[in-house]
Amino acid sequence: MPVKLRKPTLAVWKFASCDGCQLSLLDCEDELVGLIGAVDIAYFLEASSALQPGPYDLSLVEGSITTAHDVTRIKEVRRRSRQLVTIGACATAGGIQALRNFKDVREFISIVYARPDYIETLATSTPISAHVAVDFELHGCPINKAQLLEVVSAFLIGRNPIVPAHSVCIECKLKGNVCVMVAHGTPCLGPVTHAGCGALCPSYDRGCYGCFGPMESPNMTALSHELSELGVGERDIVRLYRTFNAAAEPFSTESAKHDR
Amino acid sequence: MFEIVQLGEQAVITLEGLAALLFGLKRRDFRLIGPTLRDQAIVYDDIDTIADLPRGWSDEQDGGRYRLVQRGDDRLFGYAVGPQSWKHYLHPPMLSLWRAEKRERGFEIIAPDETLPRFAFLGVRACELKAIAIQDRVFLGDSFTDPHYRRRREGAFIIALNCSHAGGTCFCASMNTGPKVEAGFDLSLTELIESDVHSFLVEIGSVEGVELLAEVSSREASSEDRAQAEAVVANTAANMGRKMEADGLKELLARNLDHKRWDEVAQRCLTCANCTMVCPTCFCTSVEDASDLAGEKAERRRRWDSCFTMDFSYLHGGSVRNSPKSRYRQWMTHKLSTWFDQFGTSGCVGCGRCISWCPVGIDITEEVHAIRESEVK
Repeated sequence: MPVKLRKPTLAVWKFASCDGCQLSLLDCEDELVGLIGAVDIAYFLEASSALQPGPYDLSLVEGSITTAHDVTRIKEVRRRSRQLVTIGACATAGGIQALRNFKDVREFISIVYARPDYIETLATSTPISAHVAVDFELHGCPINKAQLLEVVSAFLIGRNPIVPAHSVCIECKLKGNVCVMVAHGTPCLGPVTHAGCGALCPSYDRGCYGCFGPMESPNMTALSHELSELGVGERDIVRLYRTFNAAAEPFSTESAKHDR
Repeated sequence: MFEIVQLGEQAVITLEGLAALLFGLKRRDFRLIGPTLRDQAIVYDDIDTIADLPRGWSDEQDGGRYRLVQRGDDRLFGYAVGPQSWKHYLHPPMLSLWRAEKRERGFEIIAPDETLPRFAFLGVRACELKAIAIQDRVFLGDSFTDPHYRRRREGAFIIALNCSHAGGTCFCASMNTGPKVEAGFDLSLTELIESDVHSFLVEIGSVEGVELLAEVSSREASSEDRAQAEAVVANTAANMGRKMEADGLKELLARNLDHKRWDEVAQRCLTCANCTMVCPTCFCTSVEDASDLAGEKAERRRRWDSCFTMDFSYLHGGSVRNSPKSRYRQWMTHKLSTWFDQFGTSGCVGCGRCISWCPVGIDITEEVHAIRESEVK
């Protein structure tokens, strides 16, 4: 008699984040039934209050590490996960909240909160990979749901996910987009940005904002030079690099060069 | 009406004649692709009539820069090449090779539906015809041929064009690939505007071209028409925006693989791969195998790849061409030097796309010039 194999268990964890990447999972409306058929969702607070204690075959981790409690908790998540995949700019690069890394977080607290002494936080926002071993990092703010399904599908069958690390430019050219930088003079981070969004902004005549973080071999100096040629001032160059992936190398190093 | 009976003959048609030619192609169920305005550029896309052509438009091109400009006349073809090349249609960016579905026992392979309409390409330049000939050599020239390319290429009807406008980054004249169309077309056009008369000198390159032109009102080309057409091409040849010093290029690069210029260009190169995507002869692809969540369906896909990506040269343990320098050098030396060893010709046709569409304006003619100059000193 054939043995009925146990379905792999999936857990979804949240750290400092906006929940947008977890929502990408729930946003997979057409594929959600297929997902539930393929995995046993064992821990996913955003979707269900039925929680299993683990261990889990695959953990998807959203969010960055911003408190001492986070540091303890991510180690526990790692201990209970066979494979750990980080999803989104927060988990892979520290997120927008890593803007604090460039300033003194105590000053922010003193300005924002009525009782700063209630706040316990770390001085920096760091990616999951700064604290535990990560099996795969899926970039994006938010992640692309097709890429998420690709990563889960690849994990289930034991193959490498097809998530190229080349520039957004290649995605533009595959789609037949006209280059917004060359033909319109629009500043664009596409040449230094990791593919994955399907060149969303340039497809709508906007420059790339770098939501997917640095590509595999970004030449920041050359792009910054070109941005200045297009009339982008030093202050705006800093702003362009300091968004969702501000703390990702080499965006952070390059922004610091222009932050004078 | 003038009767065309032979290949190589020349006739003159009016704007209405051109419209009728396109109508004839549509009536034969060709998928007609030609130049048209989109997103502030002249791109190749599906067109229906001459009204879809960029009448009165031209372009200004330089390293990393492309801008549309109004011409102030009614030319339909008064511009240089845009960002895409015909490889977009003959060698598509994404292609499903086959799918597989799990069955009770084993799996079934499902071939993709490749019933395609025949392409008719309008306005194929001399450099582009040369590029198609180069890709023919790559995909069809050996014992192992590419069936996907063959299917698209063999049925294609080509209306070539003698360029009347030399782009700011054009250098076909110095590569000996243009601007005059020589061979490999069904019909070729030279656009003539003399005082108020707008006409086209048509040369016939195939039997199918004869049949199509026979349906259109035309007159025999006079010696003045021919002289005018010759003058158009001569003027274009004399106004190339760039010049490539092509003599002995293969050997020049082969003996300069350690030149310091490669380090200098690597400082500027973004490794974004735009040059390879817009190049009409670059043909590299990557093959990807995907599977679905349930593990019931799989697909093998092919997509354009580039020697500028890390994955392209990934072997066990890492990328062979790890540095931007090695990747730029690979691309340029393949295009201008080792292509001769592999396929017997240069891989560059002087269309200038890699110069215009490089976001930082790296200029292949300037790179060659710098290496050549350093030897003179």
